[in-house]
Formats: sequence, C-alpha cells, structure tokens
Amino acid sequence: MAQLSSNLLYISFFIYFAASLVFAISLLGKKWRKSDEETHAKKWGRGGFILSTVGFLFQLGYFITRWIAAGHAPVSNLFEFTTFFGMTMVFAFLMIYVIYKSNVIGVFAMPVALIIIAYASVFPSEIQPLIPALQSNWLKIHVTTAALGEGILAISFAAGLVYLVKKVNQEKASKSTFWLEAVMYTLISTIAFVIISLSFEAAGYSSTYDFVDNNDQPATVEYTIPTLIGPTDATYVSGNEFGPLVDAPSWMKGEKAAQKLNTLVWSMLGGFVLYWIIRLILRKRIGAALQPAVKNVNEELVDEIQYRAVAIGFPVFTLGALIFAMIWAQVAWTRFWGWDPKEVWALITWLFYAAYLHLRLSRGWQGEKSAWLAVVGFIIIMLNLVVVNLVISGLHSYA
Amino acid sequence: MSNKTITCECGHVNPYGTEICEACGKPLQGDLESKKLLNMRYEGSARRSQTYKTTIVDKVWNFFSSVKVGIWIIVLLLVASALGTIFPQEMYIPPLSDPSEYYRDQYGIPGQLFYDLGFHNLYGSWWYMLLIAALGLSLIVASLDRFVPLYRSLRKQRTIRHESFMKRQKYFGITNIEGDKPSLSKVKEVLQNKRYNVREEDGHLFAEKNRFSRWGPYVNHIGLIIFLIGGMLRFFPGMYVDEVLWIKEDETRKIKGTEEAYYLKSDGFILETYDNNDEKFKDAIEQSGQEVVAKNYQTDAVLYKQVGDRIAGTEPELEKIKEHPIQVNRPLKFDDYAIYQVDYKLNELQSMTFTLDKKETGESFGELTIDLYNPEDEYALDEGYRVEVMDYFPDFEFNDKGEPTTKSKIPNNPAFILRMISPEHPDGEVAFVAIRQNLEPLGENEYKMSFQNVDTKNVSGLVVRKDNTLWILGIGGAIFMIGVVQGMYWNHRRIWVRRKDDELWIASHTNKNWYGLRRELESITEQTGIEMPQDQSEQK
Ligand code: HEM
Repeated sequence: MAQLSSNLLYISFFIYFAASLVFAISLLGKKWRKSDEETHAKKWGRGGFILSTVGFLFQLGYFITRWIAAGHAPVSNLFEFTTFFGMTMVFAFLMIYVIYKSNVIGVFAMPVALIIIAYASVFPSEIQPLIPALQSNWLKIHVTTAALGEGILAISFAAGLVYLVKKVNQEKASKSTFWLEAVMYTLISTIAFVIISLSFEAAGYSSTYDFVDNNDQPATVEYTIPTLIGPTDATYVSGNEFGPLVDAPSWMKGEKAAQKLNTLVWSMLGGFVLYWIIRLILRKRIGAALQPAVKNVNEELVDEIQYRAVAIGFPVFTLGALIFAMIWAQVAWTRFWGWDPKEVWALITWLFYAAYLHLRLSRGWQGEKSAWLAVVGFIIIMLNLVVVNLVISGLHSYA
Repeated sequence: MSNKTITCECGHVNPYGTEICEACGKPLQGDLESKKLLNMRYEGSARRSQTYKTTIVDKVWNFFSSVKVGIWIIVLLLVASALGTIFPQEMYIPPLSDPSEYYRDQYGIPGQLFYDLGFHNLYGSWWYMLLIAALGLSLIVASLDRFVPLYRSLRKQRTIRHESFMKRQKYFGITNIEGDKPSLSKVKEVLQNKRYNVREEDGHLFAEKNRFSRWGPYVNHIGLIIFLIGGMLRFFPGMYVDEVLWIKEDETRKIKGTEEAYYLKSDGFILETYDNNDEKFKDAIEQSGQEVVAKNYQTDAVLYKQVGDRIAGTEPELEKIKEHPIQVNRPLKFDDYAIYQVDYKLNELQSMTFTLDKKETGESFGELTIDLYNPEDEYALDEGYRVEVMDYFPDFEFNDKGEPTTKSKIPNNPAFILRMISPEHPDGEVAFVAIRQNLEPLGENEYKMSFQNVDTKNVSGLVVRKDNTLWILGIGGAIFMIGVVQGMYWNHRRIWVRRKDDELWIASHTNKNWYGLRRELESITEQTGIEMPQDQSEQK
C-alpha cells in the first residue's frame, strides 16, 4: 500500500508537469498558428485544466492510500505536510479556474505547486509513528484546513506574479525589476536545493563530524552534501573527506545549525548558477523574457483573481491556522495559545493578510502594490513552513 | 454636535456632512454636471470623523477611526511579534537556567541584545499589551464611525435615484425602447430569478441583493473585540487556574486550585512505546535515530470529591466521582476543570531498606526501611539496637566548601548520616550512607549499614486547568468567522432601472467582485434585450 501510494504521487507529479506545459502552450497562441488565438487558448486551457484535475485525483489517491497504510492522516511530518500543501494549492487553482477560466494563472500556479511538491521530496518520507501529542482528530482538522487556506492564498501569489510580470517596466533596471528577479531567483534556488539534495543522496554522500555543542556536550553531525561550512572546531570522523572550507560562526552551535547553514549556502550558490545559466540563454532578465507571453492577459482580471483568492483564503486560513489550532492546543498542550514560534508566525500571516485587505479596501492599494503584497504574503507563508520548522524550533518543529 | 442638516431637493433631510443624498442619491457636494464617478464608499454618508475635526475628542476619535492608523497598528504588531521569534522566549528556555546568562551563552551578542531589550518576554511586555489595546480601541471607533451612517443610508434609500447618481456609477447604460421591448416586467422577472429583491415605483426598478454582506466587517470586528475582552478576563481572579500536580502511583492528593476540594488518586502511570520492529514504522524509527518512540503517556486516575467539611486532623471523607485514564490529548474533565497529562518521572526512589550488620560476623540485627520523603528520627531494631537519623540529604552533593548539602527536596540521590547504636556502642557509631557509598567519617566502625533494596514508583506530572474565559473566546471567534464569511463570500449588488421618455437607463454598483457583477449583468441583459451597460471607469 505504501508503495502504491508513493507511485501515485510520482504519477501526479508528472501529470502536473505536463499540465504546466500545456498551460504554457495555451498562452503562446501566436507560435502555434493552427487555429485562431481564442480557440487555441480555449482548447489548450481546457486540456491543462483536465490534466491538472487528473493529476489532482492521482495525488488524492496518494493521500488516501497513504492514510490507509499509516493508519493516520498523512499530515504529520514535513514531507507529508508539504506534499499536502502542494495538493491544496492545486485544488485552489482548480477552484479559481472554474470561476475565472484563466489559463495564465495555471502557467504560474502549477509550477509553483510542482516546486513545493519537489521540495517535500527532500524530507524523509517513511511512514512515521505518531507521538502522543499528535494523536488527535483536532490536529488533522487543524492542519488540513490551515494548509487549504494557505493553498488558496498561494493562488493570490501566482496571480500577483502574473500581474508583475506583465506590468513591471522591463526597459530599464529598477527596484521593481530587481525584486521581481529576486523572486525568480528564490524559486530557482528551491529547485537547486532539491536537485542538490537528491543527487548527493543518490550518490550516497556522507561525512560525519564531532563537535562540541551549545551545552558543552560532545555531539556528532552527519552531512549529506559536501561540507562548505562545518561546525566550529569540528573534527572529521568518517565518510567523504571534503571540507569544511570555513567554520560556522562560533555562536551557531545549536543542534544542526551549521549543517542547516551549509545547506542554505549550497542552495543559494546552486540557485545562483542555475539562474545565470538561464539568463545567459535568454540574454535578458527572466521577467523580461516572460513578459511577451502575458502580453494579452487582462490585467484587471488577474488583479481581481488575486484579491478573490485572498478573500476566499483568509477565512479558511483563520479557521484552520488560528481557531482550530487553538482548540487543538487547548486539548493537547493545556492552553490554547502559548506564543510558540509556529503559533506566532500563523498570527503574523493572519495580521499580514488583514493589513492587505485594509490597504486594498480603504487605501486603494490595487494593481501593482497589491501584487507585491501578495508576493510578500506568500513569502511569509513559506517562511513559516521552511524557516520556522527547520531553524526556529518549537513545539511544532517536525524535525 | 451641530444640528445642521442638509435638505435635498427630493425632500429628504440628511445629516450634516452627507455627500450623497441618502434617499435619492443626488450628489450634495461638488459639481452636479461632473462626469467623474461617484465615490460610493460608505454611500457618501456623513461619518463623524469626516465631519467634525476641532475638539480633542474629535481628534482622538478621528485618529483611531482612521484605517491608516489601524493598518499601522496591525503592522507594528506584526513586526513586534516577528522579533520575538528570533530567539526562544523565556518560557521556552531550559528551566533553572538564568536568562541573563543563557541568551549570551547560546546566541552571543545578538542574544545579549535580545535579552537587554526585553524581547525574551516580549508578548507580556507593557508596550505589546498597549499595541493590542490600541488595536481594540481602533476597531471599536472605526466600526462605529462607519456603521451608523452606513446603516442609515442603506435603510433610507429610495427606488428612484437621481439622474446624476445613475450616470456617475461605474456601470451605466442606456437602451432605446422600441414598442414594448424591453419590457419592464420581463426585467423584473429576470432580476427576481437572480434572487434580487426588486422594488418598483412609477415604472422604475430598484433591485438589490445581499445587503447583509455589508455588515460583515462590523460583525467580524465585534467578534475580535469580544475575543480581546475574553483574553483580558483571564487576569481577573477566579477565571483562570493553572497548577502543576505531581502525583505518585497509589497516592491520593488534593487537587490544587479546586476550592470544592477534589482529590485525585493515581492507579499507576503507563509509558508505552512503539515496537521498533513494527513493519509499518520500522524504517522511520531507524531513520530518526531515536531508540524508542513514545506511543502513550497515561495516568490511570480516579477522581474523588470531599463529602462534608473536613475536620482538622482527620482524614477527609471522599466520594468517588469517576475513573479516567488521563492521556495526552484526553484530559480528565469535571466541573470547569480539566486535568492534563504533561510530564512524568519513571522509577522515582521512594524508600530504601538497610540491615544493621556486624562487620566481623556478618550477623544482622534488624532491618529498617526509610521513607525518603518522610524519614523518621529513629528506627528501633532488635533489643538494644537502634539507628538514629542525624542528617538527611535527599539530593546529595558536596558544595563549594566540600560540605554535604542537598540540591533539592526530591530524593534523586539520597544520602544519610546515621548513628548506629548497639550494646557495645551505646553512644553509637557514625556512618555516612549513600547509594553505593559507605563512609566512616569518625573512624572505623564495628557495625555497618548494608543496603538491601529500594522501592520506586512512577510519578505523573499533571496540570490542573480552569479557564472560564474559553466560552467568551469561543463566541468571539465564532462571531468573527461569521463576520468574515458574511463579508467575503457574499457581495452587495444593486441595479437601478429608470425609465426616461423612450430610454431605459440602467446603473449598477457592488462593493466588491466586479467581475461577478459584470457576468451577472451580461446574463441579465442577454435575457432581457437591454444593452450591456458600459464600464465607465475603462473609458478614460
Ligand atoms: C487584526 C485585526 C483586524 C482584522 C482581522 C480585520 C478584518 C477585517 C476584514 C476581514 C474586513 C473586510 C475586508 C474586505 O471586505 O475586503 C475589514 C474591513 C474593515 N476594517 Fe478591519 N480588521 C482588523 C482591524 C481593523 C482595525 C484596527 C481597523 C481600524 C481602523 C479596521 C477598520 C476596518 C474598516 C474601516 C473596514 C471596512 C469596513 C467597510 O467596508 O464598511 N479594521 N476588517
């Protein structure tokens, strides 16, 4: 059953990939001049939608079979949660597509969902036993609803990105072009991270070091990618003998702190290389290269979709990430709120989208400003998923 | 407040400050001939904050009613909250560590700064509280400022709208009437089929739906305010109890914090772990590097209630209320209280048993069991033999000066100084006895204490909790959710149809989701033969 489950996930991944391509083709009407532009877009858009739906059903199959195999809802570790988040994002996209029939959202939303699912694959995917605190129905309800809320909010990010790609003036370099490239670079770095982690894992790379941790206790750490940055005063024990080139700052002695920094540096370097390869091929900014593809996009509609996604996602997020979370916390941790970092970041996300709504409604922040906000909102969601889970540990840390 | 009012040509008396007549929609300010779209926010009603700006009260009111200020408060809260997560809050650092050293030791200079700025206790700081209070105040003022006039205007609106009002809507169109077409009754029918509430007057129509969604923000703000009030009530005595209760197996203890005197007995503490060879979880357990993974923490508890008053010096009379295995996620609930499983200690020492032996012969002269929580002063053994407890260190260590002391009252490492009295030594011989240690500090003895065994028990760490604010928070949260859904998932749409000579005028407004309105207008015009109104904002 577990095997079937992971096969279904693979299949859905490739179908999503195909769906992204089909949506991209639907946009590039001119180059496929078999039919007039509108019928072309309609035809390929419908194809992309059907593929996405089929991919979603496969992933649903993964979810259900894994649930059966594990005996509990598969949302209890980082692999499962991140995969599920990708799935809710696809679901939210399908929902928005039914309302707005916008192909261009697919061109941006599906690849983002793909990256998220790929990112999930870096975490250990074995079926884990549930520790007592996680044995609760409220937990399932809380996590699934919160992920759904985040998935819907992520669509506003996709829409915001479309808007920016279309509207940011690419004729000369500016703050806007810089930040838009920064977003592209971050997405690419995530891909680089996945590629690097999976390749070294496949190659069986490993080196082990001894060091003294923050409680002055001897500790060991295993690196699975080459050591650019090692723990302070580490001694090499076994495995691949490479590095460290530099030591982590001396105060970074937390459990695995240096290792995480190493991974981050790798991802950023990898992203840098990949980004520049792409740029050299394109011979212009990625934003500029994408711009012609969205030339005919109705920007007001895209702006509306971006707001609509927040309008639909905000209540779902509140319910899942705050209200259900509080109910669960009351049952499991004896108090509904404890200022645990994960809780605080859910609050920050919520406050951010509240600010977004008020800025838009009362201060007329529409169009480009609002699109930037949607991007920032997504960054906050990802911070909560990545940094807070992996770096700032708390009760919720799945590590 | 001033009593000045504005009387519109339609006869309606509007409050001072009104921009668009509440009844007929005639713009009351600015150039009537202007083509600019009307600002429909709050229906152009007279908001206190826009009208009165002189006194101190006005200024405070205006400050807090401003959405700009509200957004600033939200953003400041957001940034402050984020700062507090850079390093752990004080409550999450290891107990017993000294925060003034901990942050510096663990995180270096940034950690020191974090501590010096008071960020280690950020969410309880006065300025964070002040920000939350400002948020609450702003919510109340801003909502009142808008709700009252908005409610008035929406209630007062008439079917027939001023021409200038219609022309200056975002969606506006004119259709020529030929013969009977399009017929007003057909239009009315179509609108009604789309669940509009349609009013007709002199051959003019006014269709409206989902007006209730306009109250959404106010409802959700009320929910938030109730929630904040609920959060505050926790600081009132009697609303909130939070006590730690350590209880041993077979022990019965009074439950702290329950005035009616409840008692809890533990029938045992159970720790279950997953089977490391379990097919399903084998790989994950191996991967995690942990030796065991906990599956269940459970205290088999029995709840008792005291009957009648307790007479000093006697055992209370107890009545059994219920048995309940307390597990994580499954607290024991009674009255307003809940008891949670939060911690445990396995095999805590309870008592130690020794015999008094003569070293030479190994002959034993009696056995004594010392209760480590409550040692007696003296233990009588066989005739003529006694052991006196001179000193007891439950959690023994040597202090800086090399003297024996105790770290705590918990018998983690018990040690005794005992006086062994025997017929040969009526004044006794002194022995220092600890785990796997027997010293003779005052010279060689003839007798010795021989360790026999220890008795251990599991101890459950429980938390007793009462939180009488929960229901208020629940109500606040529910109202908030109703409010956001009401405001976000429905939109207030209005369509005005006006007959003017041979023309049919149509204008339309929504507070949000213009795309949805447009689609609806397309469907309506298609079914009735009216021309699709233009989006006038696009024409410029
Ligand atoms: C974290 C706290 C807050 C939350 C979650 C919140 C939530 C909301 C939501 C969901 C809406 C509806 C937005 C829309 O329809 O797009 C709204 C509207 C509004 N909020 Fe808040 N709000 C908060 C704080 C505030 C504060 C501090 C103010 C004070 C200025 C304020 C003033 C308003 C106003 C004036 C509206 C528009 C009302 C209308 O359209 O009639 N809100 N709020």
